[in-house]
Amino acid sequence: MHIVVCIKQVPDSAQIRVHPVTNTIMRQGVPTIINPYDLFALEAALELRDKLGGEVTVLTMGPASAEDSLRKALTFGADRAVLLTDRFFAGADTLATSYALATAIRKIGTEFATPDIVFTGKQTIDGDTAQVGPGIAKRLGLLQLTYVAKISKLDLEARTIEAERRAEGGVQVLQTRLPCLVTMLEATNQIRRGAMKDALRAARAPIVKWSAQEAGVEDISKCGLRGSPTIVKRVFAPSPRTEKATFIELAEQPAEALIEAIFQRQPNLEAELATLARGY
Amino acid sequence: MATQPKAPAASAGRAATRKELPEHFKAYKHVWVFIEQERGQVHPVSWELMGEGRKLADKLKVDLAAVVIGPEGEATQHAAADAFCYGADLVYLVADKVLEGYRNESYTKALTDLVNSYKPEILLLWATTLGRDLAGSVATTLLTGLTADCTELDVDADNSLAATRPTFGGSLLCTIYTLNFRPQMATVRPRVMAMPERVPRDIGRVITHPLGLVEDDIVTKILSFVPDRDSAKSNLAYADVVVSGGLGLGSPENFQLVRQLAAVLGAEYGCSRPLVQKGWVTSDRQIGQTGKTIRPKLYIAAGISGAIQHRVGVEGADLIVAINTDKNAPIFDFAHMGIVTDAIRLLPALTAAFRARLSPHTRDRIAS
Repeated sequence: MHIVVCIKQVPDSAQIRVHPVTNTIMRQGVPTIINPYDLFALEAALELRDKLGGEVTVLTMGPASAEDSLRKALTFGADRAVLLTDRFFAGADTLATSYALATAIRKIGTEFATPDIVFTGKQTIDGDTAQVGPGIAKRLGLLQLTYVAKISKLDLEARTIEAERRAEGGVQVLQTRLPCLVTMLEATNQIRRGAMKDALRAARAPIVKWSAQEAGVEDISKCGLRGSPTIVKRVFAPSPRTEKATFIELAEQPAEALIEAIFQRQPNLEAELATLARGY
Repeated sequence: MATQPKAPAASAGRAATRKELPEHFKAYKHVWVFIEQERGQVHPVSWELMGEGRKLADKLKVDLAAVVIGPEGEATQHAAADAFCYGADLVYLVADKVLEGYRNESYTKALTDLVNSYKPEILLLWATTLGRDLAGSVATTLLTGLTADCTELDVDADNSLAATRPTFGGSLLCTIYTLNFRPQMATVRPRVMAMPERVPRDIGRVITHPLGLVEDDIVTKILSFVPDRDSAKSNLAYADVVVSGGLGLGSPENFQLVRQLAAVLGAEYGCSRPLVQKGWVTSDRQIGQTGKTIRPKLYIAAGISGAIQHRVGVEGADLIVAINTDKNAPIFDFAHMGIVTDAIRLLPALTAAFRARLSPHTRDRIAS
């Protein structure tokens, strides 16, 4: 069995600051991490490999420094790492990103082994689109299972997979055929502590590095900015509210004072709350 | 991987920012809204999006169409008829028994075929698990632009869709265009728009289109659907009153203080992202950029510092009350009312005081 896990190196969003004058992201000194959602995909892939045998290849597209994230993935136990890096990939939107990654996955298939499953995280914390997974699936003609909470069955001989998919108002239990693409839901597993041998291996392991041409990109105009139908026209900080919070002074009975202030400001609320509260 | 705003500061290739719509896209007209149904029920947010679609269609002076895809039967017909009451000029309908329950393959085919046949200029879906699953496949099939998880839509001077979305965890907003491809697709975050009023109207023009698939053509099978247990079902996005807690609560045990206040108020409870990451609270209760967007009449935030990522999800609340020990916490920049104190101490007092004030018994006594 061969599993490809797509990961992305992202800035640690908890530490992002916006430049007060230029309204741009201040990236300097912001540490990067593996997109946290991708770790659930990686762990799910590693668990399947440990149970059924085979290999896990991690793939990322990004600047040369994205190698750090690949090495980190190797310390968790991934078998192989592929870095897709080229200036032609820069500025890609979701459509162009899915083109580049799908091309690289095809190349991984011919170079190493055809993947049975491609995993991605649910979405990234910087882009938040959740569109690249479905995009890759469509370009590779893979069946797709998104928002998967659990892979309940995988039959490599029958080439079938069963999964629990988070839907609106419930869980769909779906069965489909391999090869497929799975986007993994958060909090569905716990990324393992890497073993010492993996940490040692990760430090020295060769990283497969492909340019657009080496990855098999035939049409460079489908990559990066040129291959992106969407255009970011304006970037701006959320407008600050002019009104500041009214502070309730800490009186002897602060709870009562606060409630009084709430009802003074929203006189209809008391009757509505009384009705709501009666429901309980 | 999803890097729409990869280099916000960089001039993103100036040549590409000009509008030069290819000739074959000029026939694309009208605004479409995909009506989300799951198991015979129209997702309530779908009608919210009709209000937004109407606004765009009016600006463009074009029609607003609702797209209804579902199993044959009463529920789907009813959804199609209802669309007119929420402002649709016409409805595109694909009804087939294999569309019982959402599956990517069948719904992607239905929606893609409709677009290729009737050519809309704008196609809107919700950024739900269904909407994002479907929109990504449809946009990739059509090789057009898709702006995900928008919070604001508008039409600019040259009639292009301006889709605004938060990025980098809500620290920035960016406005994204699909200038030279059609349709211009966007998924919209539920609850960021107000619900339009339902005006009873007769059913209008319904264009039915065949699916062109039989069950054997569809590889993926739905083995079962397990509805969420009532206890686990949160009505957070639609609640009138929400009480939530953050790291300021100090320990997972203290989160029950939030639940207790919510219970007394008949409210839903929620939390900020760190509590989900720490495993104190389940992810369906998370409020903010990567969680739920809420629009309650009253929102009480206890021990939440108010990171941008949280702010994005609560700005639609009528009244935001923040409790925090740090008077410089960012939450006080967008709360309407604040109290600088330890939530762990104030919450039980608040619960008791609300209980006393709201109990019918007490009020009757005061009245007499």
